[in-house]
Amino acid sequence: MSSAALQLGRTRAPGFFDILRATLAKDLRLEWRSKDAINSMLFFALLVVVIFSFSFDLSAEESRRIAGGLVWVALLFAAVVALNQTWARELRNQALDAFRVSPAPAESLFLAKATGNFVFVMILEALMAPLFVVFYNLRSVGPGYELAAASALGTWALVVNGTFFAAMSLRTRSREVMLPLLLFPISIPALLAMVTATTATLTGDGSPHLSLVFLAVYDLVFTIVGLFLFETVLQAE
Amino acid sequence: MKSTFSVFALITLALLSFGLYQALVAAPTEQTMGEVQRIFYYHVPSAWTAFLCFIANFAASIVYLARRNPKADAFALSTAEVGVVFCTIVLVTGPIWARPVWGIWWTWDARLTSTLVLWLIYVSYLVLRRYTSGGQSPVLASALAVFGFVDVIFVYMAIRWFRTQHPQPVVGGGANAGIDPHMLFALLVNFAAFAALASLVVWIRYRLERLRQQVEEAHALKAIAAGPPLRRAAR
Repeated sequence: MSSAALQLGRTRAPGFFDILRATLAKDLRLEWRSKDAINSMLFFALLVVVIFSFSFDLSAEESRRIAGGLVWVALLFAAVVALNQTWARELRNQALDAFRVSPAPAESLFLAKATGNFVFVMILEALMAPLFVVFYNLRSVGPGYELAAASALGTWALVVNGTFFAAMSLRTRSREVMLPLLLFPISIPALLAMVTATTATLTGDGSPHLSLVFLAVYDLVFTIVGLFLFETVLQAE
Repeated sequence: MKSTFSVFALITLALLSFGLYQALVAAPTEQTMGEVQRIFYYHVPSAWTAFLCFIANFAASIVYLARRNPKADAFALSTAEVGVVFCTIVLVTGPIWARPVWGIWWTWDARLTSTLVLWLIYVSYLVLRRYTSGGQSPVLASALAVFGFVDVIFVYMAIRWFRTQHPQPVVGGGANAGIDPHMLFALLVNFAAFAALASLVVWIRYRLERLRQQVEEAHALKAIAAGPPLRRAAR
């Protein structure tokens, strides 16, 4: 093949962001039509909330104090349900194998999947927020934008590692069990920061700024590590 | 090779015996805690040794990711296993020491919590290795090792900032930190002994893992050599 033809082929090939956009659009459309991930997460989170309120009989003051923890534990468990489905969808018809042999950059697939999961979990949070307010008589003392920042940064922390470890657990035996075993230990510092930020905003004692900065750094570092190692994990044979 | 190993094993044994004598007999008894403080000579060196093992695991994992050398993977696996054992010793001796001194077995303070999370991360590494097979196992495990090691830094900072009974570090811990020179000597001897013991076990484990890799490779080669008849059988 002449270098001109190679050049031509290269200019025609879709770039990083084309693949990201196409994968993300496909995932969002699939989810919009099936609503598999959202429905299962929503029902799961609802169950966790109900079980928590049966397990602890809380006054309004107590519930405000521990709500930050409750919210994130419910979301963490619910997110695992969606994260496990992320890659399972690509196994049908060997779509993932096709992606692996294609010259498309693996990082764009990873970012697209992480962004898709981020959108799903943020939708879940938007749907769950009124339920939490009703069930636990919550009323935030701090400003709402701090809660929004904590939820966005915290969700990305869960989802970026979750997407990575879901791809990793795909290659193991009993993959559904593996994801939480890998994800939970790594997520402990992020969980601590999310809970601290959320509780500080809800109760008004202390400022959530340090935890928000911590979460932002955590997100940045693990996004970079994930992007860096994803190709290796995807191609592991 | 064999003789080096025996010499090293003898040195380790001597160090361990000398360390035992230093810790139980020679070191002065601590003023407030009394004899129970002597667990310190096992608790702290185990922690340091575990950290050394995890650092070695991280370095070996990076080398494996860059070079795909099976030796690096065997070393990473051995150091992770030995590190988890020493980390377990830390987590077991800690409460035994804490009960008579603090009056409680466990408290969710910075050092205890971070050691527990560290242990959890490396146990998940070993679980991953058990649940993967063939050539995937080293690749996935080294990727997880990188995540785990980066995470440890966040664990320490998060717990220090967001959760605030453990004493300040006595060695290199600032102006008020101090330790009797004889106690420090006993501590360092035991650290040397534990580090030597860990290296010895890593060595044995590494050789075992290399043998296992070679056996697996031989089986794979044999299977390739016996390829055509197998394919006929499949048809």
